[in-house]
Amino acid sequence: MNPVQPAPETLAKQLALVIDLNVCVGCHACVTSCKEWNTSGAAGPLTDLNAYGERPTGTFFNRVQTFEADSYPDTQTIHFPKSCLHCEDPPCVPVCPTGASYKRKSDGIVLVDYDKCIGCKYCSWACPYGAREFDEERKVMTKCTLCVDRIYDELLPPQDRKPACVKACPTGARLFGDVKDPDSEVSQAIRERGGYQLMPEWETQPANHYLPRQVTRSTAPQAQPKFRLGDFLKGEPASGKHKPGSGALEKDAR
Amino acid sequence: MKPALSIILFTTIAGAAQGMVVALALATLAGMAPATALAPLLWAATGMLLVALVASFFHLGHPLRAWRTVLMWRTSWMSREVIVLPAFIALVGGWALLATLAQRDAVAPHWLAGMAIVGAVLLWYCTAMIYACIRFIQEWAHPLTVVNYTTLGLASGFVTAGALAVMAGEPGFASDIAPWALAATALAWFTRTLSLRRNARLKPKSTTQTATGIQAARVVQKSMGMTGGSFNTREFFHGASAHAMRMARTGFQVLAFALPILLLAWALLSGSALAWLLALGSQAAGLLAERWFFFAQARHPQNIYYQAVS
Repeated sequence: MNPVQPAPETLAKQLALVIDLNVCVGCHACVTSCKEWNTSGAAGPLTDLNAYGERPTGTFFNRVQTFEADSYPDTQTIHFPKSCLHCEDPPCVPVCPTGASYKRKSDGIVLVDYDKCIGCKYCSWACPYGAREFDEERKVMTKCTLCVDRIYDELLPPQDRKPACVKACPTGARLFGDVKDPDSEVSQAIRERGGYQLMPEWETQPANHYLPRQVTRSTAPQAQPKFRLGDFLKGEPASGKHKPGSGALEKDAR
Repeated sequence: MKPALSIILFTTIAGAAQGMVVALALATLAGMAPATALAPLLWAATGMLLVALVASFFHLGHPLRAWRTVLMWRTSWMSREVIVLPAFIALVGGWALLATLAQRDAVAPHWLAGMAIVGAVLLWYCTAMIYACIRFIQEWAHPLTVVNYTTLGLASGFVTAGALAVMAGEPGFASDIAPWALAATALAWFTRTLSLRRNARLKPKSTTQTATGIQAARVVQKSMGMTGGSFNTREFFHGASAHAMRMARTGFQVLAFALPILLLAWALLSGSALAWLLALGSQAAGLLAERWFFFAQARHPQNIYYQAVS
């Protein structure tokens, strides 16, 4: 049943992440830096239960998952970071009975006011992406804040006013910026590199985008010279361009 | 989804209380309300609604903040339910008080009975829309969800009213509403079967491909990013086997519909009090199983992201 909802308000500014699946190596640095930053903040620690036991579990705002695409011999391994997508029409917000879940008009970040949350978990049911995690100790719903307590902090040097995950990524797979500004780094990346949204079928208009993995073709000559042991022993080069001992490095070594 | 006991108890107990209030209100409007049993039955309905309300609190992480839930009635069906529920309890409790004070006359004002019916229907609508409004839980996102919450509530309400009337020493009223209880149970079976058939044919709109945007014929998860589970693996997976699901599906149809229909037919023919009590017990167990199944059968699209540990 789809009751007619008013069209989502279009905000002038919408902060978001753009995640480049081409360069994510699945190292989980964004996961741990997110946890480190957000467990140390004013909002209180992100619970870890049974941390040293058999089945450790805890609250995380960001997860890196791994998928395998296609079949051998064309198999691709794709590491896939997932956090709140800060939808432009977030289905989790209108269902909240207390108004604890809200979307900021100033920058489009979807947040939870932990002091108003009653812990009914209804918003997590209303998120198709599983972006929200209930904190079992604080008994409130938690989620990615785009490091709202960091990106506006004027005590930090300007280059550090980015989400912790973006700062931590060793390969630069995470871009951060305003997707409503056509000249921003994120808008350009989405435009030029085929940025897409997750589960477009539910029309949530996620602000976060993903850059698709491009399969890199080898630039090496396809026809490799055939190697014959007899030719090699005679010192004759194989019928190709490359002659052993003709490399610049080897010349220099002599 | 993982069925939560608090919500199962809340929706089934409140649903039966609403149905009982509708049964008593219709009887009042038709001029066949039970003379002595009206007040005790209304008090029973009030008590059941209060028990349901208490059960719902066990679902909350911060029950003391529950008063805040009335604030977002403009957008949230849960907020609307939280407003309608206490209003309905007050209405039924008020009617019970009135019926107690005016006992021998047993005349309830017709407008009060009318309001009670409107309140019960409103509450069913709000409760069902909490589930039906989530567009991507396809098993729920259909008008049949609202229909079923109403018909199941009516069936259990009529059966509860009949059984309690027998216990309150008014078998006459029980035999009056026996055909209605039987019809309501048959109707609920019919509408619930419609949703079971619809859900069996559902094709999930979301796939691993749409969830990740990876355009390949075969996309499988190799790691969900953690080994010890998370809220996502606990809240959205019921963990029951396919066999258990089939057992629950058959079991609730037998206990909530088939057996009560036979027992009510027996009560209708013989006026047996035992038949009423057995019908009540069987249907109560069946509806608890039905509500468990209602939640367990719902496949949340987020589960696509949580398929393989490593």
